[in-house]
Amino acid sequence: MIKIKGMFYGFFKYKDLLAELVLRDIKIRYRRSVLGIVWTLLNPILMMTVMTLVFSNLFRFDIKNFPVYFFTGHLLFTFLTESTNTGLYSVIENSNLIKKVYIPKYLFPVSKVLSSGVNLIFSFIAMTLVMLVTKVPFNITILLTPVILIYLLLFVTGLSLILATLQVFFRDTAHLYNVFTLAWMYLTPIFYPSVLLEEKLNVVLILNPMVYYISYFRDIILNNIVPSLEQNIICLVIGLIFFIIGLVVFYKKQDKFILYI
Amino acid sequence: MEQNIIEVNNVSMMFNKSKEHVDNLKEYFIRLVKHQLLFEEFWALKNVTFEVKRGEAIGIIGLNGSGKSTLLKIIAQVMKPTTGSVNVYGSVAPLIELGAGFDLNLSARENIFLNGTVLGYSRKQIRSLFEKILDFSELWEFVDLPLKNYSSGMVARLGFAIATVNTPDILIVDEILGVGDHKFQEKCHKRMNEIINSGATIVFVSHSIDDVKRLCNRAIWLNKGMIVMQGDASTVCSQYIMQS
Repeated sequence: MIKIKGMFYGFFKYKDLLAELVLRDIKIRYRRSVLGIVWTLLNPILMMTVMTLVFSNLFRFDIKNFPVYFFTGHLLFTFLTESTNTGLYSVIENSNLIKKVYIPKYLFPVSKVLSSGVNLIFSFIAMTLVMLVTKVPFNITILLTPVILIYLLLFVTGLSLILATLQVFFRDTAHLYNVFTLAWMYLTPIFYPSVLLEEKLNVVLILNPMVYYISYFRDIILNNIVPSLEQNIICLVIGLIFFIIGLVVFYKKQDKFILYI
Repeated sequence: MEQNIIEVNNVSMMFNKSKEHVDNLKEYFIRLVKHQLLFEEFWALKNVTFEVKRGEAIGIIGLNGSGKSTLLKIIAQVMKPTTGSVNVYGSVAPLIELGAGFDLNLSARENIFLNGTVLGYSRKQIRSLFEKILDFSELWEFVDLPLKNYSSGMVARLGFAIATVNTPDILIVDEILGVGDHKFQEKCHKRMNEIINSGATIVFVSHSIDDVKRLCNRAIWLNKGMIVMQGDASTVCSQYIMQS
């Protein structure tokens, strides 16, 4: 109990540091680029344009509103890859800080996840612009977006904590994870319909957590469906499991970090 | 006021001195199979016990590699000891390495907020201390310049100014009295004396016996991770000089 209390006290005490770390990430990313923060909007739109051109001309899938279909999957998956890839390096990157002053170490992966979250919000705005342009109707179910984002945030934070811990002890983790995310992306129905997987690799549909998150998101954005209780439970439980494992692994190993970085 | 502010109880610290660090998976598995996970123990500190009373200035002396910096890091709670425990009652300003956590791509203004929050200040506090920091470090001219364009002396000045802007309960100093030019060094000495006179506790590591004698009233002599002697600063210092 005292430990949990201490955790919350620590979180409260260092919330300003967390904010500063997130701000630093955002500032550094766009420092000295002419368009600056506009890139957060522009980047996903350009990506979508390329993908739409490729897939509506070269490979044809029977997908209604392809730009928005792609956007919904791309948005969530980019948030996943961006935050886990930066989160993975976050502890070893800040080794000179960790070696010299005391700060709760979980702040580093969490700050990376949150700064990717800021990017996600901008991408979301970009998506609504695309919806306006391509005349996709706005459904009231779009208001459920924060719910799915919270589920996903839990999942991604947990995964980042696990990866950051692994990376400290095994520097191969980053390389392995790179390949892993590539495969993961192709095995997630981002730019193709999920029916395609159903026929050939149904097991992937069941085991891939991102499938649940993305189909939840598409339901509320594109299909005007309020996701079922079952969908909600699955998304929440996956998120919680990863979050808890991440916290436990990180807390058990964090005192050893300093000997390896 | 005879209250302990730092209690170091039977602290030992072990490092792995194996020749290479195994930090990739392939290597790890190969060695696991061959039963070659080398683990050579190295004890940087062994059964160190001492207390520091509120308002004391304590010097830690010893040759290179005697465990002084490790001890400081344990007191600053950067490291956890392998066995034993450390209790610290009060706020700590570690001057272990100035400017740890500066981001060289950010300006002084941004770094003050980043580094200040690293040291545990709230943003509100930093806002109110901001001018004092820049006044002390004399960097108003360059406040919006990225730190990578600073000279190392300027960076150290900024680091010192942030770390000492508030009077802490405990000041931990690791050989940093060589900050910047002669004029700024004097200023640092003056500020440190101010902090000492305000009743703060000082833990001071130095190779300069004169500094230890001048600043501290007690001293601890470490050798190979063990306390050889502790007590009155001038007695310990003279013994130390005689023996080494």
